[in-house]
Amino acid sequence: MDFLSRYDLLGAFWVTVRLTVFSAIGSLVWGTVLAGMRVSPVPVMRAFGTAYVNLVRNTPLTLIILGTSLGLYSTLGLALADETSGTFLKDNNFRLAVLGFVAYTSTFVCESLRSGINTVPVGQAEAARALGLRFSQTLWIVVLPQAFRAVIAPLASVLIALTKNTTVASAIGVAEASLLMSEMIENEADKLFLIFLAIAAGFVVLTLPTGLFLGWVAKKVAVKR
Amino acid sequence: MRFTRMLRVGAAVTALALAAACGGGGGGNSGKSLVQRAKDTKKVSIGIKFDQPGLGQKTPDGKYEGFDIDVARYVAKELGVDEGNIEFKKAESAQRENMIEKGEVDYVVGTYSINDKRKEKVSFAGPYFITGQDLLVRADNTDITGPETLDGKKLCSVKGSTPAQKIKSDFSKQAELQEYGGYSECLAGLSSGKLDALTTDSVILAGYAAQNPNKFRLVGKVFTEEKYGIGLKKGDNEGRDAINKAIEKMIADGAWKASLEKHLGPAGYKIPDPPAITEK
Amino acid sequence: MSAPSVLYDAPGPKARARNVVYTVAFSLVLLGAAWFVVSGLNEEGQLDAELWKPFVADSRIWTEFLLPGLGTTLEAAAAAILIALPVGAIFGIARLSDHAWVRALAGALVEFFRAIPVLVLMIFCDRFYYLFTDISPDNRTFWAVVTALVLYNGSVLAEVVRAGILSLPRGQTEASLALGLRKTQTMTLILLPQAVTAMLPAIVSQLVVVLKDTAIGGAMLTLPDLLSQYKLIANNYNNTIPTLIVIAALYIVINTILTQLAGRLERRLSRRNRPPAGVREDHIERQDVHLAETKTGEASGA
Repeated sequence: MDFLSRYDLLGAFWVTVRLTVFSAIGSLVWGTVLAGMRVSPVPVMRAFGTAYVNLVRNTPLTLIILGTSLGLYSTLGLALADETSGTFLKDNNFRLAVLGFVAYTSTFVCESLRSGINTVPVGQAEAARALGLRFSQTLWIVVLPQAFRAVIAPLASVLIALTKNTTVASAIGVAEASLLMSEMIENEADKLFLIFLAIAAGFVVLTLPTGLFLGWVAKKVAVKR
Repeated sequence: MRFTRMLRVGAAVTALALAAACGGGGGGNSGKSLVQRAKDTKKVSIGIKFDQPGLGQKTPDGKYEGFDIDVARYVAKELGVDEGNIEFKKAESAQRENMIEKGEVDYVVGTYSINDKRKEKVSFAGPYFITGQDLLVRADNTDITGPETLDGKKLCSVKGSTPAQKIKSDFSKQAELQEYGGYSECLAGLSSGKLDALTTDSVILAGYAAQNPNKFRLVGKVFTEEKYGIGLKKGDNEGRDAINKAIEKMIADGAWKASLEKHLGPAGYKIPDPPAITEK
Repeated sequence: MSAPSVLYDAPGPKARARNVVYTVAFSLVLLGAAWFVVSGLNEEGQLDAELWKPFVADSRIWTEFLLPGLGTTLEAAAAAILIALPVGAIFGIARLSDHAWVRALAGALVEFFRAIPVLVLMIFCDRFYYLFTDISPDNRTFWAVVTALVLYNGSVLAEVVRAGILSLPRGQTEASLALGLRKTQTMTLILLPQAVTAMLPAIVSQLVVVLKDTAIGGAMLTLPDLLSQYKLIANNYNNTIPTLIVIAALYIVINTILTQLAGRLERRLSRRNRPPAGVREDHIERQDVHLAETKTGEASGA
């Protein structure tokens, strides 16, 4: 077992955790905006929301992540970090990967939210309009808070999927858990099972409590109807 | 009822798939020497690279071309096999030993460096070419002159490759590393100026430079030594000697140099002297 | 009634004016983004005709690279889903077993494989086959990718199957047992066939997931799938970015067709199986229209 201490397992999983947290926050924000667009009164926004979700959701994540590095950075010159810092590539790749995960995961957040909006009784929105609330107010004050409570369980699945998806960041050289796994297997050919179990255990530790906790929250805050 | 039929079809497919998966291996040609096999069957299968311009590349015609391919064909010819009876198989770097050990291919000509770790599993003939680690930069770049001038530069390499690590540990500690799954990603960044250098074996880089002589330039300061050999089944001394003889003949009759000039010449690559056979 | 949505009223003159402003502003933002992309590509010469011409002028780019790659992608996805289905069915049923230890074992396995990234499974399977089996290198990556996808999607489908069976009315089991059918017969003759028809859309959408995940094998292992072809194409035509764009378009077209198929299948099944309207309107895929048009406000959150 002591060969494990030669590798920075915790460091690699820390990168995985950071990728997950930043991407989750970004996806939640952008996904909510997208959902808002898809139900908004402005046709251009609706069309954009629909087109965006359908295009991005049907593209492999690997291609999106490669696209952030080869397309956004290499070709379009989008730099998300300080070029003179000495760790530019590392920071930039990390942020590009987060951007890619946000772009992809937000479509799933958007679709979950949209189904959540549909669980809110029509009367709620009608009452809000009768009170003179505008679309943005109806959505933000009345409908979305209830919708969010209804979709915590689906959002938890999205979050767990995101945690696992962060491994794809290794395609552009982000040093997260799966990249370390490849490196370990390369160097310690005879310890395949140990390495696999160590990495697998890391992901079980990350995803299982998340699922259980959010499942509990979902029950706790569910709107009783 | 419909469902049970579906289930049965599903089960059959599964069984077939598993059978295919397990039966896929083992093309038994064990025991006999490469020379004898070539004589008996008049066929060889050769492991090559598909994605190395100038060395081993699959073209849109479905053909293969490059220096490694020419060497592979020359050896096959010397073994008495017609060009039409050569079967080329894709040999990814990580799979080369495995393919040879399991008899999937008769020999491998694919940027295959001779080293002791590999010699535990396979035998080598050659070397047929000696190269070393080098740097590829944009044609207009002037400030990168060698591995020690990379501090603060963005250096690209492919995943799991030691060359980049070597530069960071031995030459330029402040170099920034970008790792990708393949060289084409590195080249995209290099050509747009977002990455500064790509490092790997000089001759591989020359292949890319030869494709785009106006875009890329080889620094030409080799700082390691890699001997490319032809890998074949461990202990097949007769086969090894036959391949060695073929390599010597190829060097002697000028085909060796002509092939290098044809495939790597446009890069301005200085063709080294032919190596002496060491794997005897 | 005339309102297009319950979320907002039919726009009056003021709202219409405001909407025009929003439309213009949002369009400008979109145009700005598009301009940034197009001009950036143009500056780097990525829009030069000679980089794109091969895709129309040179059919070999399709016959030698793209189509064989697409073939591998489809083969891997098809093999994975065909094997994952029976595996998923077995584990889904095992989780409903009367024996506690079977339930526990199946549950643990399903949860384990659902928690692990597909990429980690792929890396493991590839190495495992390399070390312990005789699968030829040509097929090894393929089966490593398929195995990883089966392990993951099998456990996802197990949950789909379990949920599908649990969603059936209890009376089905009771009636079947009352008729003297054994437990196995009840499962295979009564419950599964009904559950499968209900699950079919979920299965087709899972196919989209599988298809997209094969790309991981192409980029990280050495599966010669559609995505991985960009390396070979770029080697010959020096057009990495255009090639990636074309490949992305191909994925989008195929997956959109599959998604549409899932939607159509679901609509048809819901028409056939559930005559009373408005019983199951809680699926995401169906809601192409927004809130008010679908009158789904009264749907339960289940």
